[in-house]
Amino acid sequence: MSIIDTSSAPTVPARKVEALKPDLLLTQEHHMCPGCGEPLAVRQFLETIEELGVATRTIAVAGIGCYTSFSGSMDVDLVQALHGRAPSVATGVKRMLPDSLVFTLQGDGDMVNEGLQEVLHTAARGEKVTCILLNNGVFGETGGHMTATSVIGQRTKNSLDGRDAEYHGYPILIGDLIAQLQGASYVARGSVHNAGSVARTRKMFKRAFESQLRGEGFTFVEVLTMCPTGWFVPTADGPTYMQETLGEVHIMGELKAEGRVRTTEELHAENVAKQRELDEQIARGGIEK
Amino acid sequence: MSATTTSDRVLMEGSEALARAAIAAGCRFFAGYPMTPFTEVLEHLARLLPEVGGVCINAESELEAVGMAWGALATGARAATGSTGQGLSLMQESFSELTLAELPLVIFNMARGQQDYFQATRGGGHGDYRHIVLAPQDVREGVEHVQLAFHLADKWRNPVLIYGDYLLAHTQEAISIETVAFPELPKKDWAVDGSLSGSGRSRGVTSLGVSKVGEPAMGQEGKAQYIATKIPLMEREVRVEQGYCDDAETVVVAFGSPAKFVKYAIAQLREAGHRIGYVRPITLWPFPYAAVAAAAGGPNVRRVGSFELSAGQLVEDVRIGVGGQAPVTFIGGVSTDHSGFGVGRILDVELIADRILALHEDRELPLIPGYEQYSYQIQEHQK
Ligand SMILES: Cc1ncc(C[n+]2csc(CCOP(=O)(O)OP(=O)(O)O)c2C)c(N)n1
Ligand code: SF4
Ligand SMILES: [Mg+2]
Repeated sequence: MSIIDTSSAPTVPARKVEALKPDLLLTQEHHMCPGCGEPLAVRQFLETIEELGVATRTIAVAGIGCYTSFSGSMDVDLVQALHGRAPSVATGVKRMLPDSLVFTLQGDGDMVNEGLQEVLHTAARGEKVTCILLNNGVFGETGGHMTATSVIGQRTKNSLDGRDAEYHGYPILIGDLIAQLQGASYVARGSVHNAGSVARTRKMFKRAFESQLRGEGFTFVEVLTMCPTGWFVPTADGPTYMQETLGEVHIMGELKAEGRVRTTEELHAENVAKQRELDEQIARGGIEK
Repeated sequence: MSATTTSDRVLMEGSEALARAAIAAGCRFFAGYPMTPFTEVLEHLARLLPEVGGVCINAESELEAVGMAWGALATGARAATGSTGQGLSLMQESFSELTLAELPLVIFNMARGQQDYFQATRGGGHGDYRHIVLAPQDVREGVEHVQLAFHLADKWRNPVLIYGDYLLAHTQEAISIETVAFPELPKKDWAVDGSLSGSGRSRGVTSLGVSKVGEPAMGQEGKAQYIATKIPLMEREVRVEQGYCDDAETVVVAFGSPAKFVKYAIAQLREAGHRIGYVRPITLWPFPYAAVAAAAGGPNVRRVGSFELSAGQLVEDVRIGVGGQAPVTFIGGVSTDHSGFGVGRILDVELIADRILALHEDRELPLIPGYEQYSYQIQEHQK
C-alpha cells in the first residue's frame, strides 16, 4: 500500500466533478437513475464531437425516452422530435444543411418499436445522418415494459414470467437489418457495461461521425445501456445482468464497416472462437487467467 | 398585399400553379406521399424544386413526410407537406405537436370533397391548437393563398392549411404566377444551424415547454397557456367575402370551389328577382363569425342556409355565427363521384339553385337524385 506524500502539494491539482463533464454539457447534473447506462453513452458521443472539432456545425434530434432529459443539458442545437420520428426530422434538417453533422438520440422503444420504418427508410435512402440507439431492452421511461429488443426470457412489467417467444415473439436485431441496406455506410453495436466496452464504443462513434462527414451514407451506432430500474435489479448488478441477458443476444461489434457486412451471428461465432483460443492457451499454460 | 410582378397568363393545371406559387413564396423543401387528388402537387414540386436548389422527397409514408418538413422548418427554411383525408389523419400527431413547437408548416390539403372540414378546422390531434385554414375558390385565388399561407405561417409561427379539392388541383385555368409582396418579417433567430453548439447558448426547437439548462422554462402548462393566448390573437387574420347581403331575405354560406357555384347560382336567382345573399368564409379558421352574424342580422333576413359537400360540418360554425337570429338549414349533402375522388353530383349549378330557391321559398328541399337507395333504414332492435 502506497502512502500519500503530504510534504508538498500534489503535482496534479484536485479537480471538481464539474471539470470532468464534457464541454458540450451545460451541467454535470442529470436526472437519470443511479446505475443508468445512458449518461455514459451520451458522454462518449459528446466528447467525440468535441474531439472532431465539429461542434459548431452539429445538430441533434432527440426522440422520446429517458434520454430526452439530455435535450436541455446538451449544449448543441437541438430539435425535439416525437416518439419514433427523429430519423425523418433529421432528414429534413440535413437536407437543408448538408454541411452539418446531424445525429439522432433514440431508445429501443422509440426507434425499434414506434419508429422502426423511419430508421429503416432513412438508412435505405442513405441519408447522411447518424442514428444513435441507446438499447436497454425496455421502455425505461414508462417503467420497464417489454420492447422489440427485449431478449427471450427477459422479465419486464408486461412479460412477468420472461419474454416467451411463442407468446411475445422474438427480439429484433436492428443493427443487422440496417447493415443489409445499401444506403448504410457504417453500422456498429457497442456497450457501456465496462471500461473496455466504453472505449470500443467511443471508437464506433468516431468512425460513424467521420463517415457521415465524408458523405458516405447513413451511419448507425447502437449502445447497450444499463437500466437497473427498468430491469428491477440492484444498481450494482446492472452491468453483469446486461452482459448475461441483452449482451448475449445483441453482440458487440461492427456490423458494417468499409463495405464489409457481418451478422450478429458471425460476431458471436468470432467471439466464441476467440474464447476457445484463449481457453486453449490457458490450458496449455500459455497465459495466466 | 400587392402584386409586384406580372407575367403573361398561361393555361396551367391547378396543382402546377399551386406548386409554382409555393416556390415563388420561397418554399425550398417539400415532402409528400402520393394520394389523389393531392398527387399532382407532389409531382410538380418533385420536378420544380430541384431547379431552384430546393429538395422534394417522395416520403415513405405521410408520417415521415411531415417529420421531414418538421426538420426542414427547424432550420428556418420555408417548408411544406400535404395530402388528402387519410394521409392528413396520419399526420395529426405531428400537426398538433409542431404547433406547440411553433413551426411554420404549410399544409396542402387537396381534399376529396368537403367532408374534412372538421379535420381541417378542429383537427384530430391532441391538445389545444389551431391552424389557420385558407379555402381558395379557384386556382387564381389558390396562387395568392399559397403565398399568403407561407407569410402567415411565419408571421404567427403557426401552421397554415390550404383547403383545396379535386377541382382546385385538377382544373386548368389561364393564370399567371404573380409574386405577392408582404411586409417583412423578423429573422428566424430561433432556428437551428449548429453555429451556437458549444457556445453555452445553443438553441432548442421543442414542443415540450422545456428549455436549455440555465434558461427559463415554461413547463408543460406554461407552454399550453402560451399557445392558448396566441390563438385569439391569430383570429385577426379572418377573411371573408360576401355579396347581396344588405337587403337579403335568405343568406347562404359556402366555401371553396362550391362557393363559386353558389355565387353563380345566387347571381342568377338575383336576376330573377329573389333577394338572396351569400357569405363565403375565406378563412375557415378563424371562422368569420362576426360577418355571418351581421349578415344574419340584416333587416330582412328570414333564414340562413349552409351549402357544403358533406353531411353537415360547416353548418355548425354557421349556427354559432348566426347565434339564433334566424333558422339555419343545411342544404348541402354528401357528394363524390364514382371514383370517390371527385366532387360528385351535387356540384351542379341547377341543382344548387333549386335547393337555394326551395330554402328561400320555405319549401321542402328537393331530393338529391340517387340518394334514397343508400339511406340507412332503422332496424328492429334500434327502434
Ligand atoms: C406516441 C407515443 N406513444 C407513447 C409514448 C409514451 N412513451 C414515452 S417514453 C416511452 C418509452 C421510451 O422507451 P425508449 O425509447 O426505449 O427509452 P428509454 O426510456 O428506455 O431510455 C414511451 C412509450 C409517447 N411519448 N408517444
Ligand atoms: S429508468 Fe432506466 S433508462 Fe431511465 S433513467 Fe432509470 S435506469 Fe436510466
Ligand atoms: Mg429503452
